[in-house]
Amino acid sequence: MSEQAYNDKVVRQFSIITVLWGIVGMLVGVIIAAQLAWPALNFDVSFLTFSRLRPLHTNAVIFAFGGSALFATSYYVVQRTCQVPLFAPKLAAFTFWGWTLVIVLAAVTLPLGFTQSKEYAELIWPIDILITVVWVAYGIVFFGTIVKRKVSHIYVANWFFAAYIITIAVLHIVNNLAVPVSLTESYPVFSGAVDAMSQWWYGHNAVGFFLTAAFLGMMYYFIPKQANRPVYSYRLSVVHFWALISIYMWAGPHHLHYTALPDWAQSLGMVFSLILLAPSWGGMINGIMTLSGAWHKLRSDPILKFMIVSLSFYGMSTFEGPMMSIKTVNALSHYTDWTIGHVHSGALGWVAFIVIGSLYALIPKLYGKTEMYSTSMINTHFWLATIGVLLYIAAMWIAGVMQGLMWRAVNDDGTLTYTFIESIKATYPYYVVRFLGGLMFLGGMFLMAWNVMKTIKDVEPAVVTIKTPAVAAQGA
Amino acid sequence: MTDGWSWYVIILVVGNIVGVAWLLFATSQSNGKDEESTTGHVWDETLQEYNNPLPKWWLWLFVITIGMAIIYLYWYPGLGNYKGALKWTQMSQFEEAREDMIDRQKVAFEKFADLELTDLAKNEKAMGTASRLFSNNCASCHGSAAQGAKGFPNLTDNDWLYGNSPEQIEHSIVKGRAGVMPKLGLSDVQIVQVSNYVLTLSGREAEADAEEAKKGEALFATCIACHGPDAKGMHALGAPNLTDDIWLHGSELADIQDVIREGRQGQMPAHENLLTKAETRLLTAYVMSLSK
Repeated sequence: MSEQAYNDKVVRQFSIITVLWGIVGMLVGVIIAAQLAWPALNFDVSFLTFSRLRPLHTNAVIFAFGGSALFATSYYVVQRTCQVPLFAPKLAAFTFWGWTLVIVLAAVTLPLGFTQSKEYAELIWPIDILITVVWVAYGIVFFGTIVKRKVSHIYVANWFFAAYIITIAVLHIVNNLAVPVSLTESYPVFSGAVDAMSQWWYGHNAVGFFLTAAFLGMMYYFIPKQANRPVYSYRLSVVHFWALISIYMWAGPHHLHYTALPDWAQSLGMVFSLILLAPSWGGMINGIMTLSGAWHKLRSDPILKFMIVSLSFYGMSTFEGPMMSIKTVNALSHYTDWTIGHVHSGALGWVAFIVIGSLYALIPKLYGKTEMYSTSMINTHFWLATIGVLLYIAAMWIAGVMQGLMWRAVNDDGTLTYTFIESIKATYPYYVVRFLGGLMFLGGMFLMAWNVMKTIKDVEPAVVTIKTPAVAAQGA
Repeated sequence: MTDGWSWYVIILVVGNIVGVAWLLFATSQSNGKDEESTTGHVWDETLQEYNNPLPKWWLWLFVITIGMAIIYLYWYPGLGNYKGALKWTQMSQFEEAREDMIDRQKVAFEKFADLELTDLAKNEKAMGTASRLFSNNCASCHGSAAQGAKGFPNLTDNDWLYGNSPEQIEHSIVKGRAGVMPKLGLSDVQIVQVSNYVLTLSGREAEADAEEAKKGEALFATCIACHGPDAKGMHALGAPNLTDDIWLHGSELADIQDVIREGRQGQMPAHENLLTKAETRLLTAYVMSLSK
């Protein structure tokens, strides 16, 4: 009993498969980016068309790549910061196989055209039920571990993981409420504007809790660890945590500006999105200021570079988001590629960067090593990814603003200055640039896979015994 | 929304904003302890926390956004049934923009009102406007150069399904057209026969099987009801002229057979709610000018 070890098997499984899903999801992304530039690339094959591969791409990068990374790091972090092994280890093992089955089922059904046609909630109802079961198991493992912790104070990273696990359960269940009519088809219980509102309440909080809060949890563990510095401000984390999770809940309607959604709901979506700026930046400040005093480490440690750049992109996209939610800005940006650029500055610049940085820090530890096989390869990956994401979002910014301006241009005789097809023609070069940016980012992921393979080759998994918390008494 | 729901929204909104503001105020107060030391908690051997004060600029940023939110919710709808001091609605914004556009358009179209259609077709300015109208309203079916596509008439070839008088063209635009080639229920053998005969009508005897065509001639009696005894078509029904080697649904023998077997439903949508009278008039002149 005194020599208990951490349960790192499930962490290793989720960590390694994260790299695989990253490659798969981003490869599909590069393919559909190429299809937008060169439409013939769907080869007239139904399951290769943009319409079917696009949901596969979003599900693969968000739920397979991002989700697996969150399972891995939350299981790792909750054990380390509670200083106990995972609660219900068999249930934890089930979450790995269950979640992986969800992803495989998604990869089969989406290209075959089975969909609920709700964005980021495309998966058909039997898979939705499986997700719910896995997610409840996840919650039991996570909160069970928190309950039996040996350290009285709950570490800030766990607040964010806890909020994300609870909220995603609520969002997933409510937005997928449907009446099944066959094994593959169902009808949503909501209709019309209510359906649209619940969809974007879900959709934006998937961004807020899955892609923001949860990854802040990851950030709150791996940045202080990697920099070997205390977190900058406890009270900042308190205020930005509660403000972030309460205000994010309202932001969904900014996806439905100037639609059938009632004016009051649109206004609230915009107003709360604006208030969201400061709470979002609270996390960035806490991360960046944690690094202050350790700036010199950035020169030699490419893992820290990934982390600091992830925070920069986080700060930038959480500034851009509130701006885009302002009605007058949204009137220009909505439905254009600016939105796509915004999403990717968050998804690539923030989410993927913090995942990559954290995994580079985590994987050697899981296999009893001090560092990755090649640090210079991490450095190359860093530059490939940085230039890739910059090309991507710069191309989409220009394309998006240009499209918005072209669509709204009206002559004095009341005719539109440009036809829709002219705006597509004008976007073509930016689609090519975006494809190149995506290709570079994908190339970096292949480097990572190689580096990981070399690191764990012929190595026995590490067994880490739990030390009795040094300050347990003091914490109480 | 009922008063109950309205209050529900108001209480949640105000409660959340006030709650966040209170939290901000409470945490911004110094706790009196030395702020450079850590909180004393240690996790995983090395993880610790400072308890630095909230950065001033960040605190002000937060306060300013909350202030902006309050001002916005005073001016605009948001708090349940409260309409906002400006009484703004998205519909009123739309109506205003639309009226402004109609006023500007009136000025632009005034100078075309007195011109005859034939003069309009020669007026560079009018045709500039018309070609942009065409690009945004007609080109998705008829093509950017009005060249048409399979199932969508070419407007440049001087072959008219519904006639080319100004009234006929205007009618096509305003009311739309529905052209029906019925499914005739002929046998496969009969379809081969009549399709070969149809080929010969437009001078393509070389491609046709003469024997089949001959048998098909008798069957063509079914077709003359719409396409006319001379096969030159009928504007009233939009039945195509079969003698001019211009083919709406494809010129190959297999295309023709498919049309006979399956029938066709042509649909030109009505534009009376999409275009103003002045715009329709310009487009009529433009379409007439295309086939010269």
